Amino acid sequence: MKRIAGILLAALVVASMASAQALLINGAGATFPNPIYSKWFDEYHKKNGNIEINYQSVGSGAGIKQVTDGTVDFGASDGPMSDEQLKAFQEKHGFGILHFPTVLGAVVPTYNIPGVTAALNFTPDALAGIFLGKITKWNDPAIAGANKGVNLPAADIVVVHRSDGSGTTYVWTDYLSKVSDEWKTKVGKGASPNWPVGLGGKGSEGVTGQIKNAPNSIGYVELIYAVSNNIPYGTVKNSSGSFIKADLASVSEAAAVAAKTMPDDFRVSITNPAGAKAYPIATFTWLLIPEKFSDTAKRDSIKGFLNWMLADGQNYAEQLSYAKLPKEVVAKEKIALAKIQ
Amino acid sequence: MAGSRSFLSRLREGDEIARLITFLFAISVVLVTLLLIFELWQGSALARHKFGLQFFLTRVWDPIAEQFGALPFIYGTFITATVSLVIAVPLGIGAAIFLAELAPVRLSDTLEFFIDLLAAVPSVIYGLLGVFIVVPLMRVYVQPGLKNTLGFLPLFTGPAYGVGFLTAGIVLAIMVIPYIISVSREVLMSVPRDQREAALSLGSTRWESTWKVVVPFARTGIMGSIFLALARALGETMAVTMVIGNTPTISASLLSPGYSIAAVIANEFTEATGNLHTEALIELGLVLFLLTFLLNGVARLLIVITAQRGGGTAHA
Repeated sequence: MKRIAGILLAALVVASMASAQALLINGAGATFPNPIYSKWFDEYHKKNGNIEINYQSVGSGAGIKQVTDGTVDFGASDGPMSDEQLKAFQEKHGFGILHFPTVLGAVVPTYNIPGVTAALNFTPDALAGIFLGKITKWNDPAIAGANKGVNLPAADIVVVHRSDGSGTTYVWTDYLSKVSDEWKTKVGKGASPNWPVGLGGKGSEGVTGQIKNAPNSIGYVELIYAVSNNIPYGTVKNSSGSFIKADLASVSEAAAVAAKTMPDDFRVSITNPAGAKAYPIATFTWLLIPEKFSDTAKRDSIKGFLNWMLADGQNYAEQLSYAKLPKEVVAKEKIALAKIQ
Repeated sequence: MAGSRSFLSRLREGDEIARLITFLFAISVVLVTLLLIFELWQGSALARHKFGLQFFLTRVWDPIAEQFGALPFIYGTFITATVSLVIAVPLGIGAAIFLAELAPVRLSDTLEFFIDLLAAVPSVIYGLLGVFIVVPLMRVYVQPGLKNTLGFLPLFTGPAYGVGFLTAGIVLAIMVIPYIISVSREVLMSVPRDQREAALSLGSTRWESTWKVVVPFARTGIMGSIFLALARALGETMAVTMVIGNTPTISASLLSPGYSIAAVIANEFTEATGNLHTEALIELGLVLFLLTFLLNGVARLLIVITAQRGGGTAHA
């Protein structure tokens, strides 16, 4: 009894301290940037003890839904909101919502072929063909042609994709839609497409588990997941014709190319960019901030955080395997901050 | 006298209060069920109007094109639950008979402890067991073995991925067996002693008294344990999604990957951005509810029929 009373008392004290001091800001959304967001919100809280940002990584779709419903102060997404979603937000609240890119990530093809240890090269046609179910053997000329000297087996390809709706899938299908007309008309881009072939694994760990289990399989995971779990992955041929291995430099390069043509609302897809050294399957990830806040303290805190995130915050990105924002994008975002009222 | 009467009336008043309170508790279950149906019905209005009966009859599930057909998920849920019961019912009831009738009491109680422990294991643990042990075993040994020996049947064709209907059914069977054993054992043990003694005194063997008297006597309770298992198998989400392959296919082959209703809801709900997608998923919830309702009804009907056929001897 005493112990329970003690715990209750401690909880009360903590709660009352929190309510007395901290301004609590709630956000929800994308799971992919969750590691860096947690780090940022934690670091920012250390510097500004009175501001506490609580982030739930419930998924991009749920983040958009919750910020539209007004149950959280801000959202986060790996894919930009659609025109339809922007309209729904505008209609509900009477004002708009802004996109702020935070960091960049990439998606890489990973595979398990017994006897093959070399990093495989994938052309866009090969990837689209495999995921459309038209290329069914590993020794198909579309794959073998880009991998001279690798002894590819005549085995059936087992395709593995995410079964849970995911920003990773959104980027992957966005890329395939850009490089293959057939993919664009038959499947399209989205977080949960109707896959022509393959097995679904739940989460990145489900996909990699399935790939480890099944010989001659191929799937896709986030770069950060592949790096932190030491999963080998292949290179992808970009629009200039070079095979690029995804790393921080090649992802940043993709962003730098996009920065030059960045639209004012930051809703941009950077898959299949023009740069010669750019990795073609990369994306920004965005914070979704409403244009108006009725609570001015909250508004100022969020603006303060965004300012810090664009400056000091960026320095945390690379140690967590995310690519930093290009300078041009940072400058542009700082101007856009004035739109938050 | 007056004092005792007021005591009695107070007691009666107390009875009334107790009756009212327990009645409210009982009715709350009904209310929650009705509320659940209402919410699912309300929340799926858009999808119900758009697709109507087509929702049950078409097999394309394409959130991008906003085409939603539930048939592959209904099929997957039905097949995996069936496979699991086909495996779990004989095993579970057999084990329960041994524990209740034949095993020494100490052994029975010890085993019961472990069975209760198994029933309390969270489903994600069974899912991990499935991913790391059952799936590789299925892919390397069981599925090729089935294809080589029974491959002429349409049930065992297609590539051996390891995951699929059969694997999900087996993992589900492992999960529901403890329920069947635990409940059936209790029911068998509560069969009155004189039933057994009467059978034995009429000259039947130990097994005859068990199989012809005790088991029929306990049939309703055993069926109850199977309902419980069925409900768990139909609604299981985590363990199924980890081993079923998550591909909305309808295939006669048990080796083929599939999908279940609960699994697709869990997988897609958080990232469902369009209203229609969300509502289609809610309608799937409604379908799962109906399916559970329907299968429970059929099972109950089965009991009534069997009870009428053999009930005369069992319940006399």
